[in-house]
Amino acid sequence: MQEVRKPIYFKTPLFLALFFVTAFVSSCTSNNPYRESESSENILYTTFVEPPKHLDPAKSYSSDEYEIIGQIYEPPVQYHYLKRPYELIALTAAAMPMPAYFDAKNKRLADGASPEKVVRAVYEINIKKGVMYQEHPAFAKKNDGRPMYNALAKKDLEGIENISDFPFKGTRELTADDYALQIMRLADPLIESPVLPILEKYILGLKEYSDALRADLARVRNARKKAAGTSYNQTIDERTNPIVLEYKKHSLPGVQAIDKYTYRIILKTKYPQFIYWLAMPFFAPMPEEALSFYAQGALAGKNITLNRFPVGTGAYMMEKFNPNMEIILLKNPNFNHEAYPVEGEKGDAEKGLLKDADKKLPFIDKVVFKLEKEAIPRWNKFLQGYYDSSGISSETFDTAVSVGDSGRAELSASMKDKAIRLLTSVRPSTYYAGFNMLDETVGGYSIEKQKLRQAISIALDFEENIEIFNNGRGVPAMSALPPGIFGRLEDEEGINPYVYEWDAKKKRANRRSIDYAKKLMAEAGYPDGRGKDGQPLVITFDNPWTGPDFTPIINWYAKRFNLIGIQLENRTTDYNRFQEKMMKGSFQFFSWGWNADYPDPENFFFLLASAGGKVKFQGENVANYSNPEFDALFKKMENMNNSPERLSIIKRLNATAQKDAPWVWGYHPVAFGLYQGWLDNVKPNAMANNELKYYRIDAVKRKALRVRWNSPVYWPVAVVVAVIAAGIVWTALSARRKRR
Amino acid sequence: MLSYILRRVLYAVPIIIGVNVITALLFFYVNTPENMARKILGEKNVTPSAIENWKQDHGYNLPPFLNVKEKGLSVVTQTIFFQKAVPLLWFDFGRSDRNNIDIGSEIKTRMWPSLAISLPMFTAGVFIDLFFAMLLAYYRGTRFDISAVVFCVMMMSVSTLFYIIGGQYFLGKLLKLFPISGFDTGVHSAKFLILPVVVGVISGAGVGIRFYRTVFLEEVSKDYVRTARAKGLSEGKVLFKHALKNAMIPVLTNVVVSIPFLFYGSLIMETFFSIPGLGNFTIDAIQSQDFAIVRSMVYLGSILYIIGLILTDISYTLVDPRVIFE
Repeated sequence: MQEVRKPIYFKTPLFLALFFVTAFVSSCTSNNPYRESESSENILYTTFVEPPKHLDPAKSYSSDEYEIIGQIYEPPVQYHYLKRPYELIALTAAAMPMPAYFDAKNKRLADGASPEKVVRAVYEINIKKGVMYQEHPAFAKKNDGRPMYNALAKKDLEGIENISDFPFKGTRELTADDYALQIMRLADPLIESPVLPILEKYILGLKEYSDALRADLARVRNARKKAAGTSYNQTIDERTNPIVLEYKKHSLPGVQAIDKYTYRIILKTKYPQFIYWLAMPFFAPMPEEALSFYAQGALAGKNITLNRFPVGTGAYMMEKFNPNMEIILLKNPNFNHEAYPVEGEKGDAEKGLLKDADKKLPFIDKVVFKLEKEAIPRWNKFLQGYYDSSGISSETFDTAVSVGDSGRAELSASMKDKAIRLLTSVRPSTYYAGFNMLDETVGGYSIEKQKLRQAISIALDFEENIEIFNNGRGVPAMSALPPGIFGRLEDEEGINPYVYEWDAKKKRANRRSIDYAKKLMAEAGYPDGRGKDGQPLVITFDNPWTGPDFTPIINWYAKRFNLIGIQLENRTTDYNRFQEKMMKGSFQFFSWGWNADYPDPENFFFLLASAGGKVKFQGENVANYSNPEFDALFKKMENMNNSPERLSIIKRLNATAQKDAPWVWGYHPVAFGLYQGWLDNVKPNAMANNELKYYRIDAVKRKALRVRWNSPVYWPVAVVVAVIAAGIVWTALSARRKRR
Repeated sequence: MLSYILRRVLYAVPIIIGVNVITALLFFYVNTPENMARKILGEKNVTPSAIENWKQDHGYNLPPFLNVKEKGLSVVTQTIFFQKAVPLLWFDFGRSDRNNIDIGSEIKTRMWPSLAISLPMFTAGVFIDLFFAMLLAYYRGTRFDISAVVFCVMMMSVSTLFYIIGGQYFLGKLLKLFPISGFDTGVHSAKFLILPVVVGVISGAGVGIRFYRTVFLEEVSKDYVRTARAKGLSEGKVLFKHALKNAMIPVLTNVVVSIPFLFYGSLIMETFFSIPGLGNFTIDAIQSQDFAIVRSMVYLGSILYIIGLILTDISYTLVDPRVIFE
């Protein structure tokens, strides 16, 4: 039989090389990370850095989770999108809830009643009529009125990966019962709500209710353990046969549904800040149908849970939850109870922020959150127009922002060319360094100890720190209160006199000199940084800054301490060890930060109240500061309404803490956000988490610019192909020569 | 052969148990359940009672290895190790500590993106490395060979991160030929795979080419190659027909053992290119101290490693008739 000779290139690996080169070249089509069919659609593209842990409103407590559930769940009140200072307005509530105060004899007290007299604060909340839930399979019903999806088995869920895959859905009207149910869920031990310890202090009977549910849980577990004997495995048992606690078995006197549209929350004390809690997803409604639907084990086996697929009344609803790749929200067609604000802050109209006034929300049909863990790809895709907004990392700051002649941060020319806008806002946060007030060397309340800490506070020049490590994105802190919070004072009235001097001519605060700090050191018993024994003062610095990026920051601290003769001994550990040290109080100097839950001074000053001491009470007072004068003032201030009297107490609180200097006050970060020219109605709002419904996109403009910015460049590929081809030819010729 | 495989599988049992014990030891003594709870519960309002409740609800309130409070078998069964590690034997991975997701279901979902990137990267890598290695062996001792080896050493010396960031910058940002990162489902995923595959092949080429070149050079210096040349066979035939076949044992050792790990994905590559694979999953779990996922992935890794070794042994019989299992 005659052998058919195949061409040489099929026999040799040269074929493979040619194949890959050809495949490479032919695949060079477009850098568009989205499907072409989406390019003209009214979609907002944004990112998330790590998959959200929980989307259950009883459990979620981080900004990345709020960014998603804030669009879906609706608590009774919300922050006004445009007004500053931040102002609460009704959302699903028919009107802003106002507390009614009662004394021990159940007599109604005036709104400004002293907190000591108040034994009950009653919030009666009326919700709007006709607010409908999103379409969801939990509401789908059979003809006989029973739930469509009940007792689902594994085989019933073939082809179903998302809630949107269920063929039948339904809806129903929002009721007061849904709000009451959600507050009960906060006490469910299986949910592990992070705010339960706080709310137990305020909501009448919540502690007892939570204890009763935990006792129920323990009883069920013990019974199951007894029945299963040696083979009992709690994790497997509760996965196959989930425990569902009966909320209505026990009473919760602090939460009452009065009628279909009214519910009441009763507090044990006057707590004006409670209204801010009502703007958080913890107080969003939860329909009973959703709980029954998600309690089905077969759904949990497919990872279809309430933790991933929220059910809400908000402007958007979950369409696809793939935390490994993307999260997609769709406009909720049942949302019809809100319009764009008709008024805002001064200057908003000039900025075009009111041109959509009174128009029905939302404006965007679909929101796509893409998982983008690394800053560089995220930034490059923003520059290519594939993300509609972006933050600015340190690596990309110089590309995006330059300091103008006025000394203010301005967009770089390349950003301006692309009509990208820069919007900045001071975050309601404080980053500080602190002293362990229980420590023998740096702690204590004597004048000498105060002076030691004041000297260090002067030496740690946070103006310099902000410039070097944060590209100027921060406001040096004078106290715990960031700008925009009641009680924050500006200019001369607001300076920390122990660290700054007021320059009346230039009208600015100047940091006191290092010489002055040295003088304080001498008065504290450490002339030239040396103690009575002549040895230099050594202070340990605990931090969880393990990466190489942090080395310059640690060196900066050491350098600044050294200016007043103190030797800083760095003790960087991993996060767990760091937390343990804080918990045990085995540290001297540390670095920490706080993001406010709500814009009220109480939410900052409690970080210095002795009742929250980290070592004694495992609270948030990491410095373990304990000054009876401060505590008394704080107790008086915490439950007051904003008033001149409250302001005067805040001034005294500031003065006390500034003198004791348990913290080096650090700085309040300023968020820099970049927004593409086709994205409208954007105004940074650090407190609101439902702002996507206000945004507007010009998808036509975006499409045109994306095409212009992303024209592929082929010639370098052609050069590479030519070089490879030449190499192959040379190799072949050379091989032939060698054979000959 | 069957008895050999059975014996190898039985040998694997103590290895797997050992891996589980070491993983548990490392986790419990380096990172206690309290630390896990604190990390998972977040930064705010983490009270001691919240930590205790978390431990109780997730089954971490039991002693690690021996429960002296219990009687009989429960001394062993009512421990964290037994309750968490034993179900792994029948591939019951349980739920994640961090967000309560079903780990088995997640592994099944994430395996495909990992394979989508690692399979073409691996296949293309092996063929390209083999091709260039043979080419260098063919031109051994020439200036071309020496400069190529120097170039390979240079490529080996550069971090994978450089290739990733450089690839994203040059091919994605400057030339705008591919999406810089991302993933999609089905056929739409193709355009997201080219850049990571190209980067992966190039970043691994230095090591691969040098390794296979050494294998081929060792082979071409053997007597049978000299005989083939003496018979008048062309250098190409000697190399591609005779030497290649005989060099298959070291090649297979390197290649087959890697195959099971393709499911595991690439830790760095997946993170930088936002590929939702198992590599990304593992990195996330380590960072968030999710012991349930880490334990499952380590267990899966040890199983895959054993499978890889057994497959390698079996593949020897296919290329070398002298290898017999006893």
